[in-house]
Amino acid sequence: MITDALVALSRWQFAITSMYHFIFVPLTLGISWMVFIMELIYVRTGKTVYRDMTKFWGKLFGINFAIGVATGITLEFEFGTNWSHYSHYVGDIFGAPLAIEGLLAFFLESTFIGLFFTGWNRFSKKGHLIVTFLTALGSNLSAMWILIANGWMQYPAFSAFSPEKMRMEMTDFWGLVFSPVAQVKFAHTVCGGYVTAAVFVIGVSAYLIYTKRHVLIGKRSMTVAIAFALCGMGGSALTGDLSALQVTEHQPAKLAAMEAEYMTQEPPASWSIIALPNEKGMDNYLSIRIPALLGLIATHSFDTPVKGLRDIVAENEKRVENGAIAYKALQDLRANKGDENTRALFDANKQDLGYGLLLVEHAKDPLNPTKYEIQKAARESVPSVWITYFSFRAMIGLVGLMGLVVLGAAFFLWYKKDLENRPKVLKVLMFSIPLPFLACEAGWILAEVGRQPWAIQDVLPTYLATSSLSAWDVGLSLLCFLGIYTIFLMIEAYMMYKAIKKGPATQDKSVGGTLNAV
Amino acid sequence: MLFDYDTLQFLWWVLVGVLLIGFALTNGMDMAVSTLLFPVCGGNVKERSALISTIVPHWDGNQVWLITAGGAIFAAWPEVYAASFSGLYWAMLLVLFAIWLRPLAFDYRNHGEDAKWFRNWDLALAVGSFVPMLIFGVAFGNLLQGLPFYADADARWHYEGIFLGALLPLLNPFALLCGFISVLMLLTHGCLWIQLRTVDEIGNRTRKMVLIFAIATVVLYLLAGIWSYQFPGWNLVAEAPAGSYHTITGKTVEVIDHGLFDNYASMPPLIIVPVIAAVSMFLAGFFGFKGEALKGIIMSSVGIAFTIITAAVALFPFLMPSKIDPSSSLTIWDATSSHFTLQCMLYAVVVFVPLTLGYTIFAYRRMWGKVSAKDVSESH
Repeated sequence: MITDALVALSRWQFAITSMYHFIFVPLTLGISWMVFIMELIYVRTGKTVYRDMTKFWGKLFGINFAIGVATGITLEFEFGTNWSHYSHYVGDIFGAPLAIEGLLAFFLESTFIGLFFTGWNRFSKKGHLIVTFLTALGSNLSAMWILIANGWMQYPAFSAFSPEKMRMEMTDFWGLVFSPVAQVKFAHTVCGGYVTAAVFVIGVSAYLIYTKRHVLIGKRSMTVAIAFALCGMGGSALTGDLSALQVTEHQPAKLAAMEAEYMTQEPPASWSIIALPNEKGMDNYLSIRIPALLGLIATHSFDTPVKGLRDIVAENEKRVENGAIAYKALQDLRANKGDENTRALFDANKQDLGYGLLLVEHAKDPLNPTKYEIQKAARESVPSVWITYFSFRAMIGLVGLMGLVVLGAAFFLWYKKDLENRPKVLKVLMFSIPLPFLACEAGWILAEVGRQPWAIQDVLPTYLATSSLSAWDVGLSLLCFLGIYTIFLMIEAYMMYKAIKKGPATQDKSVGGTLNAV
Repeated sequence: MLFDYDTLQFLWWVLVGVLLIGFALTNGMDMAVSTLLFPVCGGNVKERSALISTIVPHWDGNQVWLITAGGAIFAAWPEVYAASFSGLYWAMLLVLFAIWLRPLAFDYRNHGEDAKWFRNWDLALAVGSFVPMLIFGVAFGNLLQGLPFYADADARWHYEGIFLGALLPLLNPFALLCGFISVLMLLTHGCLWIQLRTVDEIGNRTRKMVLIFAIATVVLYLLAGIWSYQFPGWNLVAEAPAGSYHTITGKTVEVIDHGLFDNYASMPPLIIVPVIAAVSMFLAGFFGFKGEALKGIIMSSVGIAFTIITAAVALFPFLMPSKIDPSSSLTIWDATSSHFTLQCMLYAVVVFVPLTLGYTIFAYRRMWGKVSAKDVSESH
């Protein structure tokens, strides 16, 4: 028996644990490369200041990485513990990239990060540089396989439904791996990570300069970070634009929701700067718009229409009707009441089976849904406009702010060359550290809430993906997660604060011997 | 395709076994060393740091064996993944809560402030390491007795009981016995690692310990064998008929009294498996006592591997028997992924496992050497 409370609590738990994990991931993705670049400069120039930088940022990387690892295991476990029907239904496809992530990427990252911290005296300079490179490569490859898995949730091609097994099965491995949706998502996510880490390094460097104790290291680090941020931002913008194109193509409901686009406009559609969506009435109370921009963003053209939510819901009503036929045929087959005709009926409608499954939530008897129930399921087949629209606006807004911050830092550091004498600018840079983290979280809210009510777009409703647990079980575990994670976050913040306050060690003896782990 | 479906399904039984054994031998080792911190070094912070320094470069890579085994079960046996993780909800979460402590402790202890800081993190490390060793053993003990789960007509997995109602029955005497075996055999393994990687001043303290652990392992192992000899076993009479829409629940399974060891009865040479397990564990203790750590750790590795194989062979072809609905039991023939997925994943394993093993061995060799409390840097 699936209850609304169970579904809601399971979703909250996954949302909280995955967003929590994603506080640490972007920083890992980017800072690992920046540490590599610093070490590369050290190896090429032999200047010890770059070695001290490598060790200092490496230390912060380690503090962040530890909690990233701990919270990452949670997510792997949760697919089984809290989303067991999901695991059953799509494990044949979804499990593969996760397993390969472990085998190929996570092993690499985890084996070499141990050597990164403890191997300073066991490797030559170049040898250690290679270790650092492999650590960074591993962490980024890890992100790639995870996003291949997530990309498939957004665009579940390369697979087919098996009525005998009552699950989805993989049909095209390389298609899955090189899925354009997955690859763009990967690029967009790592670019976001690079920007996050760069803004973090800029902020912390600003602190180092501000305290006047480590001006040189602060400025050198900031130089590396600004260059890194500019590349990351360019990449983010480019891949974000490609992402929008793919969303238009594969997830029109997500696109319409993130643009608060209820009515299909005459092409080229105008873009709303700010809107006040009315979810119930399926219209905007208010909307300030720029002509033609949405058409340009979403379709890269002036003549292709961008479908509005009202039209999507109307189309989905038909899909729910077909899905209901597929679902009934499937149940007949599984109850041994069917024959070849039943199978043919199923095969003719199976592409809409997922929409039929929506009725399990919305109809009293999913085998004989009423017209009203079908309309309700169609109405609920699109995501919440409020959350999707504003998380998207928040993401771009934050990115815009970060752009100003990075350009400002570049202006005072490179052009005016007097950053150390501008405490106010340094303070602004320090307090900008949360911006990229918020932007990353907003991006994930957009990606995941925008896919609702689906766990797998058009295939498996989130409602059905849950485990057969009681709401009490999940409620209590959610409380445990909240409690323990809060404590962890406080410990992590304390460790970071302490390490940053202590600053880089600039004398050889204090950087630790072979056995000093970090 | 290169292999037929049956062959692949069997190969994947072997491969998941290899990953689980890899997990026990590597991550089990560093969990055991972490648990032994206080028994071996007591309040001596520098010695504890020395002990930890032998596993710090490797624990994270070791833990990936667990992640990868989990991922491989997800990919190759999605039904086992779904049914076991959700059914054993609180047991899984307990493992999770415990292993969270490990990355934090390994990293954060070294930003040390005073003796209390080190003591608290080392304690967290010990607890975070002991709990999983125990629970994984308990899980095996419950698998051998069958679990109360079933699949409904929509192929959703259900498990009897919520909260403590689901958790407490798992802590039955036999399962706890298996939990102790798991802890003791890994502690044996961990002692030998300590002998191998620390100076005699520390290593010699584990000599008596390792003998006691090893003998206790063997005694409890034999006890578990005698006890479970009378347990019921599951027999796969017939698979679901061809064309059935219920590939899992459509099969016929009978429960046989005193049948858990039927595989050994019908193939007597298999008896060698538990015999090797017991003899190796004993030899591990013996060599450890004599101070021949290298021989000892080879023996403990063999012993641990064959202990796991003993249980797997007893259950074969079952992976997860159900005691309330035998036909919902999961076997290597019906819990698996599709032919295509198993094939793809086999390629992935064939390419990446040797590569992974290669650089893992490289990492261990590069960090090799005996450590003492003096080697720990001054900041400690």
